[in-house]
Amino acid sequence: MNNAQESTVGLSEALLRRAAPSRAALEDLVVVPIFAVVVALVLGAAAMLATNVDLATVGRSYVALLNGSVGSVNAISETLTAAVPLTLAGLGIALGFRAGMFNIGAEGQLLIGGMAAVIAGFSFAGLPAIVHVPLVLLAGALAGGLYAAIAGWLRAATGAHEVISTIMLNLISYRLVDYLLRLDFIQREGRSDPISQSVLESAELPRLLIWLDPNLRLHAGVFLMIAAVIVINWLLFKTRLGFEFRASGENPDAARYAGMKAGLIIVLAMGLAGALAGLAGANQVSGVLGRASPGFSAGIGFDAIAVALLGRSHPWGVLLAGLLFGALEAGGRQMQVEAGVSIDLIGIIQALIIVFIAAPLLVRTLFPWGFRKAERAEREE
Amino acid sequence: MDKETTSSTANPESRKLDSAKVRQAHVSGWILLGLAVLAAVVFGAGSEGIATFRLSRPTDPWALPNLSIPAASTNYLIAALLAFLGVRQFLRGNVRWTSLSLGSGLLLAVIAFLVWATAGKGFSLTGMLQATVVGAVPIALGGLAGVLSERVAVVNIAIEGMLLAGAFTGALVGSLLGGVGGLVAAVTVGGLFGFILAALVVTYRADQIIAGVVINLFVLGVTSYVSSQVYSEYRFLNNAPVFAPIRIPVLADLPVIGPVLFQHNLFVYGAIIMVAMATYYLFHTRLGLRARAVGEHPRAADTLGINVYRTRYINVTMAGMVAGFGGAWLTLGSVGRFDENMTNGIGYIGLAAMIFGRWHPVGALMAALIFGFANSLQQKLALLNTPIPSEFLAMAPYIATIVLVAGVVGRARAPAADGQAYVKE
Repeated sequence: MNNAQESTVGLSEALLRRAAPSRAALEDLVVVPIFAVVVALVLGAAAMLATNVDLATVGRSYVALLNGSVGSVNAISETLTAAVPLTLAGLGIALGFRAGMFNIGAEGQLLIGGMAAVIAGFSFAGLPAIVHVPLVLLAGALAGGLYAAIAGWLRAATGAHEVISTIMLNLISYRLVDYLLRLDFIQREGRSDPISQSVLESAELPRLLIWLDPNLRLHAGVFLMIAAVIVINWLLFKTRLGFEFRASGENPDAARYAGMKAGLIIVLAMGLAGALAGLAGANQVSGVLGRASPGFSAGIGFDAIAVALLGRSHPWGVLLAGLLFGALEAGGRQMQVEAGVSIDLIGIIQALIIVFIAAPLLVRTLFPWGFRKAERAEREE
Repeated sequence: MDKETTSSTANPESRKLDSAKVRQAHVSGWILLGLAVLAAVVFGAGSEGIATFRLSRPTDPWALPNLSIPAASTNYLIAALLAFLGVRQFLRGNVRWTSLSLGSGLLLAVIAFLVWATAGKGFSLTGMLQATVVGAVPIALGGLAGVLSERVAVVNIAIEGMLLAGAFTGALVGSLLGGVGGLVAAVTVGGLFGFILAALVVTYRADQIIAGVVINLFVLGVTSYVSSQVYSEYRFLNNAPVFAPIRIPVLADLPVIGPVLFQHNLFVYGAIIMVAMATYYLFHTRLGLRARAVGEHPRAADTLGINVYRTRYINVTMAGMVAGFGGAWLTLGSVGRFDENMTNGIGYIGLAAMIFGRWHPVGALMAALIFGFANSLQQKLALLNTPIPSEFLAMAPYIATIVLVAGVVGRARAPAADGQAYVKE
């Protein structure tokens, strides 16, 4: 039992460290991200120059990037619209990280959730919107959650590594969606390509800003995003279940010796993560696309991994990261249109931002003058 | 899970292991019995006539006659065999044969399925096996890259990015300097990304999974950016020569085996040689032993005078080079041109192959062959017009992988220190 006690002590120490971050940790949290964004933009400019883009165009593209992300009401609307699914799915992945699970399967969960939401969205004609919209969201969350729970159950019951099973479930989901979209009762009438019927008007998440301009796409999903951040934050840090998630993630053995049900926690954590990804899918079909077609997930499930990592698996961090990625995406589209620079540049910038944030030591090496205090703090520790 | 905690008070490890093995044996037994029923009811009762498998082309020097078998009776026989294997799982003392039984059971089920699908028609078995080997190449090399770096305890999510970088560089440099130059460049760039991964996780102690994801994102970003920004104007930069097949004298003329194994281009032979070399290196040389020690217990290895950091740098860089070679196959080995995100998840399948193959080069190769087989099976079966929707055929290998990983591999053990940064004291 001695061993168990030691582990429990180790666990509480780890939790304490997290509760009271040192000065160096604080600098990591604030200074490093700023450096990261600046350096990533500079290197992005270098990439443009290297591919024969002249300096004036580089300037114009960054102006367009800024304008397209926060420069107008439309830009902010686009940024938020893009941020919603990224944040929702990112929260799910962050939850998994906290519970010690690496869920690569958000893409598949998002697809399955989105499909369930579409089916719920074009069925049930005649329902009032106040019932129909929650029903659609619930269908998405439930389907995504159950799909992810398969991986959780496999891990708990047989020890199958969740990285493999979620990758496989992703691959299965692509085919499943292709198949479903050709079924008679799902496929749009008169079409031979795989595309679903449109969701009914009563199932659409209401657009929030059409009184300003009918083209503004911002929809009620943004409230869903904020609510999800608050709920997950509360769940993780204020409830027993959240404590059990975090404890199992930090030290599974100690958690088990403390009497937590490891298997159940794994299944629940995966299920919840999948539900959030499914919600992201439901949000896309009912708020943005209005229908489903192959690949409607558009890689959101994979970008969400980056969002969760960038947000350090903290719900508020995930929200900020989701907003940043949403802004980059919305701005990137504008950049492509105005300056003729491919939106793929955004991918490079995103990757560079994460690399600098993930490796604070690298930033400290590159910019030693910003961190004198931090280094001293580290030596004192 | 409750049971485990109570039983762990007395003689914990062995009893837990035993009950887990027995449960695994029973689960496998049920799977086998289910397959037996499937083979009898669907594949046996559902097939009529003769299934004809073509083994050679008429032009081959030593042509074999077609293999013609009565479909229904063959499948009933297979069903009986499956039932036998399944029932054995519930008898005492057969626990240790679980993996073998389940593996051969799945193989039998696949044969039954093939016979059923081919009943009354003809099917080129050799062609399918040939496509299997070809399709397995990038997966096997990706898996091998994973093995090399995870054996020194560096989790390699970046396989996908390294493959993509290899494919891109191969096409770009190959267009300018020709195939060999492209290959060398692809391997170099793959190695460079291996080195970057090592630098990020070893020297800068970034989280290994984050570092891997970042490399994937970065490579995807750079290659997509260049191909949409540059290739649309300068098409000649994306028009590389493809390596021609090399026929191994005599062996290439053998029936079935010849076309399947000995009429490929350099990449297929390269993959097989690399797997053999990696196995020898990891398990039969002093350096390999050191590498594995670093993966299992870096502190102990350090105490014995092994340079943990340098070992990780070297092995992860090698892993990158292997993945770069695998990526070059996608362009220089098959189509000669680069398309955005052309790896399309192969790296992740390689990762699965590595875990499936239990962190062993040969295991990863075998797993890759299973994936390759499933892929080619699906493509060829599309020609046979089976009543099963092609999407479900396409899913089958992934479902089978989940079943195998859950039933057989189970708690496969990763290198003990996998994923942890090592800080020298």
